[in-house]
Amino acid sequence: MKILVCIKQVPGSSNVEVDPVTGVLKRDGIQSKMNPYDLYAIEMALSLTEQYGGSVEVITMGPPQAKGIITEAICMGAKKGSVLSDRKFAGADVLATAYTISQGIQKAGEFDVILCGKQTTDGDTAQVGAEVSEFLGIPNVANVLSVTNVADDSIIVTASLDDKVATMNIKMPCLLSVDGDINSPRLPSYKVLQSVTDDLIDIYSFSDFADQNPDHYGLMGSATQVERIFPPEKNAEKRSISGNADEQSEGLYQLIRERKLV
Amino acid sequence: MYKKVTLDDIKVLQGILGEENVLVGDAISPDYAHDELGGIEKMPEVLIRVQTTEEISLVMKLAWEKTIPVTVRGSGTGLVGSAVPVCGGILMETTKMNKILELDSDNLTVTVQPGVLLMELAAFVEENDFLYPPDPGEKSATIGGNISTNAGGMRAVKYGVTRDYVRALTVVMPNGEIVQLGAKVAKNSSGYSLKDLVIGSEGTLCIITEAVLEVIPLPKVSLSLLVPFADMKSAIEAVPQIFRSKITPTAIEYMSRDTILFAEDYLGKKFPDTKNDAYILLTFDGNTDAQVDADMKAVADLCLSIGALDAYIVDTEERKKSVWSARGAFLEAIKASTPEMDECDVVVPVNRVDEFIKFTHALADEMKVRIPSFGHAGDGNLHVYICRDSLNDADWKQTLDTCFDKMYQKAEELGGLVSGEHGIGYAKKEYLKKQLGTVPIEMMQGIKKVFDEKNILNPEKICF
Repeated sequence: MKILVCIKQVPGSSNVEVDPVTGVLKRDGIQSKMNPYDLYAIEMALSLTEQYGGSVEVITMGPPQAKGIITEAICMGAKKGSVLSDRKFAGADVLATAYTISQGIQKAGEFDVILCGKQTTDGDTAQVGAEVSEFLGIPNVANVLSVTNVADDSIIVTASLDDKVATMNIKMPCLLSVDGDINSPRLPSYKVLQSVTDDLIDIYSFSDFADQNPDHYGLMGSATQVERIFPPEKNAEKRSISGNADEQSEGLYQLIRERKLV
Repeated sequence: MYKKVTLDDIKVLQGILGEENVLVGDAISPDYAHDELGGIEKMPEVLIRVQTTEEISLVMKLAWEKTIPVTVRGSGTGLVGSAVPVCGGILMETTKMNKILELDSDNLTVTVQPGVLLMELAAFVEENDFLYPPDPGEKSATIGGNISTNAGGMRAVKYGVTRDYVRALTVVMPNGEIVQLGAKVAKNSSGYSLKDLVIGSEGTLCIITEAVLEVIPLPKVSLSLLVPFADMKSAIEAVPQIFRSKITPTAIEYMSRDTILFAEDYLGKKFPDTKNDAYILLTFDGNTDAQVDADMKAVADLCLSIGALDAYIVDTEERKKSVWSARGAFLEAIKASTPEMDECDVVVPVNRVDEFIKFTHALADEMKVRIPSFGHAGDGNLHVYICRDSLNDADWKQTLDTCFDKMYQKAEELGGLVSGEHGIGYAKKEYLKKQLGTVPIEMMQGIKKVFDEKNILNPEKICF
């Protein structure tokens, strides 16, 4: 079973400032890390190959330093990875990003299952996975909780539909966006880190892709135009419920009901 | 010899504190009869909630005059029965004194009331780019409690313990007098250090009502390394070798697979790795990536060269959370795995930790009882738990007594002490007496007498 996991490098902290004039994230001095949701996808991929055999590769789109997360994925157990990096890809929205990744995947090889994290912690759209599957013309399932069985050409997938769990038989190749918190991602191995060499990481640029029309990539290929980027308001509201144990638990219960948390 | 609290006394207390802050009879939750340890239980005659130094002074004047015992309690998270009012009397709860009074970035101090919780203080100073280095596992403990037990925690390896960060204390003496001990200064050679006597005195000498604590600039970078070994012996033996390499990690904890599995059950969450029998978990901090990375790599290389099976990098918030949340839950997890347990908090020289742990394993086999442990491999402070499981009352008591006797004796043989950070309180005082012998115990009793001639503050604790 050949699995490819799509991963992304994101800011290492949620306290990233936004330049009020340009709307650009101030990334200077901010460490980056792998999108936390992608870790669940990598863990699922590695567990599946441990159980059913096969191999895991990873792919990312970003500046050359995004190579760092490919190395990290290899340290977690992936066999190799690809970075899609070109100035022509800059400024891409969801559509152009998904298109670029779908081109990159076709370059990287053939896979039975492509896994994505649920969403990224910087873009937060949760749409790239689904759009990649459209461009590749393969089935897609979102909010995947588990893959329970692997047959020759199909897999059994359970996915959360908020109030119910759906179990589906999905034909491979397919793309699955996995839910957060579904497993405990393994840690990167320092031992493996010592043996990672550059030949495990392929770098692909525009010229490597089948579609050579630059209008399909980056800002040019984007269907949306960002008018303004601003940091979300921080909710620092604190409420204290006082009284005896009964009064406090009643207060808490009412609050939970009022906010429809249960 | 102590007087009972009378209705008149209650009225006086209500006059000082307001009726809502004076509780008697059924209004007092049974939780106030014990601390986290359980086992040692006694209800106070009256529970009061104090809010100012002046209130405490007035209460103590009353207690002194009437010879009423007073026990101070913070969050009640102690593990040796220190905050249990074993002689009844007044239980004084300080959790309403929870204000952070000042952050002085010129002198690098933060001034707090005793009821501030450790987690609140840690979050507050971090928001301001500072670190309060003491880091005991129980984050909902109060700072007053931490000072009273000289709490240590995981960062002791590099930064030391609570005592190292207390510059000054405002205290109320048993007779109600308000006294300043120490000052907001970095050096102090001005006579006997009374402040240091109070730190670790478990509320027996005076009542802490304000503390000036030292903070340090927040290290900009920190990461952890989870290093698996084939067995606990190899894991623990790595620690002195790490020290010999002249690199000082912020923390070095050891954990066994069994303990991790308890935590997994308790938290309902999987630990990132449970394939191996023994692990050490190290943290490194500093101000640059390069420095922290170099330390981490040097220690990882060293561990691999002496038999570590790998070294897992714990570098992001999510990874730190997945590893440290399990570490933070060990106590509660072991507690949840058995109907009753008791704890041995011995401290031994770092290069004898392995011997002590091996001893507990042999003891568990000999006594046919479960004795899981975890702790601070980097400072020799171990947390060893004797689990009751299915033992009946008589067997449990017998097993516990024998195990404790043997463990404290072994710790002494290895050059260790009865308590590394939880204190002596009521539960461990016999073991302290046994280890220290007559002269030090009499000196402690003498000190107690100088502070509290009438022996009304937290009586029957530590050295009595």
